[in-house]
Amino acid sequence: MAATKDSKEQKYDRQLRLWGDHGQEALENAHVCLINATATGTEILKNLVLPGIGAFTIVDGHIVSGEDAGNNFFLSSDSIGKNRAQAATELLQELNSDVSGNFVEESPDKLLDNDPEFFHRFTIVIGVQLPESTCLRLGMVLWSASVPFLICKAYGLIGYMRLMVQEHTVIESHPDNALEDLRLDRPFDEFKSHIKSYNLSIMDKKDHSHTPWVIIVAKYLERWLSEHDGQPPKNYKEKEAFRQIIREGILKNENGGLEDEENFEEAIKNVNTALNPTKVPTSVEDLFNSEQCNNITAQSSSFWVMLRAVKEFVYNEGSGSLPVRGSIPDMIADSQKFINLQNVYREKAMQDAAAVSKHVESLLQSVGKPPESISEKDIKLFCKNSSFLRVVRCRSLAEEYSVDSINKDEISGLDCCCFRFFSYLI
Amino acid sequence: MADAEEPEKKRRRIEDLTEKMAVESGHRDGGCYWEGRWNHVRKFLERPGPFTHPDFEPSTESLQFLLETCKILVIGAGGLGCELLKNLALSGFRLIHVVDMDTIDVSNLNRQFLFRPKDVGRPKAEVAADFINRRIPGCKVVPHFKKIQDFDESFYRQFHIIVCGLDSIVARRWINGMLISLLGYEDGVLDPSSIIPLIDGGTEGFKGNARVILPGMTACIDCTLELYPPQINFPMCTIASMPRLPEHCVEYARILQWPKEQPFGDTSLDGDNPEHIQWVFERSQERAAEFHITGITYRLTQGVVKRIIPAVASTNAVIAAACATEVFKIATSAYIPLNNYLVFNDVDGLYTYTFEAERKENCTACSQVPQDLQFPPSAKLQEVLEYLTENASLQMKSPAITTTLEGKNKTLYLQSVKSIEERTRPNLCKTLKELGLSDGQEIAVADVTTPQTVLFKINFTA
Repeated sequence: MAATKDSKEQKYDRQLRLWGDHGQEALENAHVCLINATATGTEILKNLVLPGIGAFTIVDGHIVSGEDAGNNFFLSSDSIGKNRAQAATELLQELNSDVSGNFVEESPDKLLDNDPEFFHRFTIVIGVQLPESTCLRLGMVLWSASVPFLICKAYGLIGYMRLMVQEHTVIESHPDNALEDLRLDRPFDEFKSHIKSYNLSIMDKKDHSHTPWVIIVAKYLERWLSEHDGQPPKNYKEKEAFRQIIREGILKNENGGLEDEENFEEAIKNVNTALNPTKVPTSVEDLFNSEQCNNITAQSSSFWVMLRAVKEFVYNEGSGSLPVRGSIPDMIADSQKFINLQNVYREKAMQDAAAVSKHVESLLQSVGKPPESISEKDIKLFCKNSSFLRVVRCRSLAEEYSVDSINKDEISGLDCCCFRFFSYLI
Repeated sequence: MADAEEPEKKRRRIEDLTEKMAVESGHRDGGCYWEGRWNHVRKFLERPGPFTHPDFEPSTESLQFLLETCKILVIGAGGLGCELLKNLALSGFRLIHVVDMDTIDVSNLNRQFLFRPKDVGRPKAEVAADFINRRIPGCKVVPHFKKIQDFDESFYRQFHIIVCGLDSIVARRWINGMLISLLGYEDGVLDPSSIIPLIDGGTEGFKGNARVILPGMTACIDCTLELYPPQINFPMCTIASMPRLPEHCVEYARILQWPKEQPFGDTSLDGDNPEHIQWVFERSQERAAEFHITGITYRLTQGVVKRIIPAVASTNAVIAAACATEVFKIATSAYIPLNNYLVFNDVDGLYTYTFEAERKENCTACSQVPQDLQFPPSAKLQEVLEYLTENASLQMKSPAITTTLEGKNKTLYLQSVKSIEERTRPNLCKTLKELGLSDGQEIAVADVTTPQTVLFKINFTA
């Protein structure tokens, strides 16, 4: 019954292209708990079972009614009279043999009374159509066990979702439109010597038209800085002047017209973003300033150890910048010039990752952990994604419902006749 | 025991009970009725509420209409199609037709949940219909293992609402054009009974959209053609002589090496044939090694050859749910429909918004405004062809151009039939004047993007 790695690669191909092998591994190591196999609940599980979640457990003390069988794809008329957790598990399990499905014929309130630690084993608990009292009780148990809790309700055409998670760290956030990390405003030594190896004025026509735009902008920027007291183009007028200088660098043919040099057009087009100052994103700065980063202990997760190491790097070897990402966008160039330029960035990225590694090692040693407990591979991945790191924190249910934290003034203000405030008892 | 009720009240009570039983027992066909089966749907249709459509009147007739009369066409039985069929069947719709020209592939199984490993190779429409009809008793899904272009107006006219889960813009434009061609006008006024609402859904990875189109009344697919991003193709010189990315190496193997070496005889490259992909993969690796390019993997190779779009169950579930809800709202008139375009993205957290896409005044598909083109008489036919394919609002694929000269129909250029293409190819280098066209001449253009020919008027510029 065990699927071969090949057949799983084929089956999951379309989703592997979204979250990669790491994401899939995390999914397959997860065990999800669903409370109440209502139509909403089974729909949620369907979307987890199909992509191959490791295991699920349905907790439900209800018996399947005619109503249930009428609106739930994972219950049939044969299920009527059976326990709802068991009936739904059968039809959900059937969707994907890679997944392990379980059920507990019990109400969550009973479990909270007799065995609250039952919930500690789960990667996440999803509570559907739960009354407030159960949510609050369960919320307390899950919060203290650091198990995320997703509360869902659906009523007619109105839906509600509330996520409760203490701290969720993301290294590979797969951003849609990431800014490139080209360091044109603060070129590192190896990049500078690479630029030096180019002399645009003596190149033959073919080489000239196939020089990467990054080199072109870097060259002209060097000239500009020497002529402007070390100040880069700052406002629209200066950037326009800068673009014009580059335009004048385009080769001319015998008739005095311009040659078709697409790489120069690319350079001109990219001036705006190329001149963006390299800096640590505020979101990452905030992480640097957080308690978990500044207070590394033996209990700190590898995320925080690596983040602290990156912070140390930024303040030392990095001179205020994150480790170089190492990737560059495609650009018009001949293969050799492009590969050579790409390698300059790649090698610098490796160097920076190695420096971060040293910080990781000393941090681990300082809390009595072996230096191998965080792998080189993980550190490299972390460095590559250092601009995109994310941490999600939600407040607990207890805090949300607490009398102390409600916004009394705003709520009492709604009593005023100038607000149209409708409330419906649901 | 004496009956204490007044005769009138009693009669009315019995009538009410009988009516209720009739509604429920009318569906006691073949064991697909059970107590409470439609309770959830009834709550929407048989009681008043604060969020219903202003014209909504609760009644038991709406459910009857869904169960017995309302005919829905689902186009596509893939990621969106499977979800749509489930949602519609559970909402009470029973007369459903589904069209899909594809067969099941193992890579579909991560989201197209009506299919199992044993179904690989079978037609999607048929397996989907079978599954739904068995899981939802009483539902009668009729499958069509066909292309949408295999049907004409008489087929499409029978449906109350059409909902699409297509994977191509060309196909969307075609069905859009078909529904527009069904519109009837009396003295220039649109006949509302000729309108078939089109609900269109699309997904890609973690992004999706859903829209409600009332042909002839609201923005159609072509009205918002520029919203679709252009497909990326690498320049030939990059592929042929200066590759930089692994993708360039794959395209080299696919476009140049395969036709030249014909490794499996005179067959075209089939992205679903693992042997073909393996061959492309190995050639790509060789080319990459030659240029010191890293990163060629089998997965990347297949992705480039098949232009694979990533896909996952959850996005399809969300968008199909939005679409099915609109079908329900329109079929029952119980709630105000989406007006008219919903965007969804959960790459980072969850983001969604809706807006009203506007009709384009001179839309080639739905505006009924004759399209004017301006060209000098010295322009070559090639330029007209390029305009038709490259213009952002037209984006035709392989237009066939005909006109009337000296009372006779003449094909100026047609690509899809080899002999005609060869015969008319010299016309591309001739000027409009040389071809005999005059100022204000009408040309008729046929293309895969529309079921009806589009008329253009060529106005000569200086």
